[in-house]
Amino acid sequence: MSRRSIDQILEGKPYKKLLSSEKLQQSEIDLVNTDPKKTQYYGRIVLDNCGRINPEEIEEYIGTGGYQALGMALKEKKPEDIIKIVKDSGLKGRGGAGFPTGLKWSFAAQEKESPKYVICNADEGEPGTFKDRLIMEGDPHKILEGMAICAYAIGANIGYIYIRGEYQLSIQRLEKAIKEAEKLGLLGKNIFDTDFDFEVKIKIGAGSYVCGEETALLNSMEGFRGEPRLKPPFPAKSGFLSKPTNLNNVETLANIPPIILNGAEWFRKFGTEDSPGTKVYSILGHINRPGLIEVPMGITLREIIYDYAGGMSSGEFKMAQIGGTAGGILPIELLDVPLDYLSLQIEGHNLGSGAILIMNETVPVVDFLECCMKFFVHESCGRCSICRIGTKQMYESFKYLREKEANYDELKKIEELAEALKLVAFCPLGQSVASPVLSALKYFRAELSKEIDSNEDYETITREMSDIVFDYS
Amino acid sequence: MTIKEIVDKYGSKRENLLQILHGIQNQNPRNYINKESISALSKEMNIPVSQIKGTASFYSMFSFIPRGKYVIRVCESPPCHLLGAESIFKAIEYKLGIMIGETTKDGLFTLEGTSCLGICGVAPAMMINEDVHGNLNEEKIFQILDQIQEQEKERIQLCREEALTRF
Repeated sequence: MSRRSIDQILEGKPYKKLLSSEKLQQSEIDLVNTDPKKTQYYGRIVLDNCGRINPEEIEEYIGTGGYQALGMALKEKKPEDIIKIVKDSGLKGRGGAGFPTGLKWSFAAQEKESPKYVICNADEGEPGTFKDRLIMEGDPHKILEGMAICAYAIGANIGYIYIRGEYQLSIQRLEKAIKEAEKLGLLGKNIFDTDFDFEVKIKIGAGSYVCGEETALLNSMEGFRGEPRLKPPFPAKSGFLSKPTNLNNVETLANIPPIILNGAEWFRKFGTEDSPGTKVYSILGHINRPGLIEVPMGITLREIIYDYAGGMSSGEFKMAQIGGTAGGILPIELLDVPLDYLSLQIEGHNLGSGAILIMNETVPVVDFLECCMKFFVHESCGRCSICRIGTKQMYESFKYLREKEANYDELKKIEELAEALKLVAFCPLGQSVASPVLSALKYFRAELSKEIDSNEDYETITREMSDIVFDYS
Repeated sequence: MTIKEIVDKYGSKRENLLQILHGIQNQNPRNYINKESISALSKEMNIPVSQIKGTASFYSMFSFIPRGKYVIRVCESPPCHLLGAESIFKAIEYKLGIMIGETTKDGLFTLEGTSCLGICGVAPAMMINEDVHGNLNEEKIFQILDQIQEQEKERIQLCREEALTRF
């Protein structure tokens, strides 16, 4: 890459051209004239460029200030400074667990062993989530830049992106982005004339939900069955090929360049005190405008449904499942709970991957849960027996309930199994099976009990007769 | 490509196994991994057959039985289920006369259920090979399948004509 263009990127000047089509430039002008808060681009961090630039042209990304953060990090900052900025920003992992990103980086940075690896987890299998796909398709260079900054901070030289096999377009776009970045010298050897080398490779998954779990992903990357590993040792100590590894979600990495560029203070202006920043949600179900939104942390479900999603498409709101199939079910009473890590934790829920599935009153809870369990039966990796057998048992219980053939103690059985899964399952997949079930039992027990009461088979024992059944256990 | 060429392309280390298996499956006209290629791969990469099969059978995208030229994968996950994935299955079963996991007699279509495809914004959705189809209803499915069948008929016709001209 020429000296001149490096300087230009560092100064934040467009290096070739700003935007490709005149139509896009036109909309840029419109943005200036209208109230900025009312445009769809207001307050976006991660999706800022998505839909505005041509993702297949690196010049357009550079034109909007791309790779400036990487240049700034390499030229002006030490690795420790970067970790400090990320720590101060309070960014939490957006993949589902919500672990502080800066802390995670500092663990990997402390390790002396080399080589170290940076892995971008793009195995987005959570049903209802498609944010990572749209980030990868809409702004692939932002992820590469985030990875390069992370690699510089922890001292790694090799990066991998693990993408699920179904995302063909994402794979193509990222491959093209890597090639173009290497051509300009933004990846590869001696980036920005420093002695920092970084290369990125792509690994393709083959259709497994559990591979989204970090240690299962590492097994899958090494060419084994995608079964989770025992923690500790954590990936930061012994990860890919038993070397120190830092794993981050796509959305987390896409947050990094703006944070480095604008500073931690700027990032803290968005969202809440405990969970700063924005969150990308994929909203779907019985609403008028399904799709992707990026909103500040701490927004309520009511705002999302009635402001962003354009209201219910049919019927009345009954429940919403947040965080994909492994997330809890929120009833109408919790419409006004702020959606951020802390507030949801108080209610006993988890923000998860950012999928919000909104359902109207036509959806029976039993039918929905049966479908969730069917998914878990299929996706349980079979390593621990409680998950392998427990999910199957729960699926059958819900099937009995739906077919109105359930016994009086079906709900008790389900509850016991869910509690057991939560306690003893080996990996987060098994543990999270409990969350839709337990939350449904908490808020919709009356509806589920009705299913038992409507069992008309006179030979089975129904719920009213449960008192006369002697428990031998 | 032979197995050796595929292995050379990706590298013979264990960590490239998934990519190699993808490569083997994609070049097979019936979209599956056959016994012969597994044993050849085992010799090439120095991994026991049992381990290769054990790894490949874990992942739902690999198949050990011959599949059709077009693999139809309909999403079964809750978001699509809510918006009527069941009727999509019924429509395809009615149109092609196959159940989940089966292949049509002419070897054109295989019907599979799959977990979330990440296109829930246009639920219910399905993938035919690498093409994504969303906002499905029965009419749309009939239209898509008719189109493919028409294309295949034309292709067979063209092949026949070409073969005839050679004689």
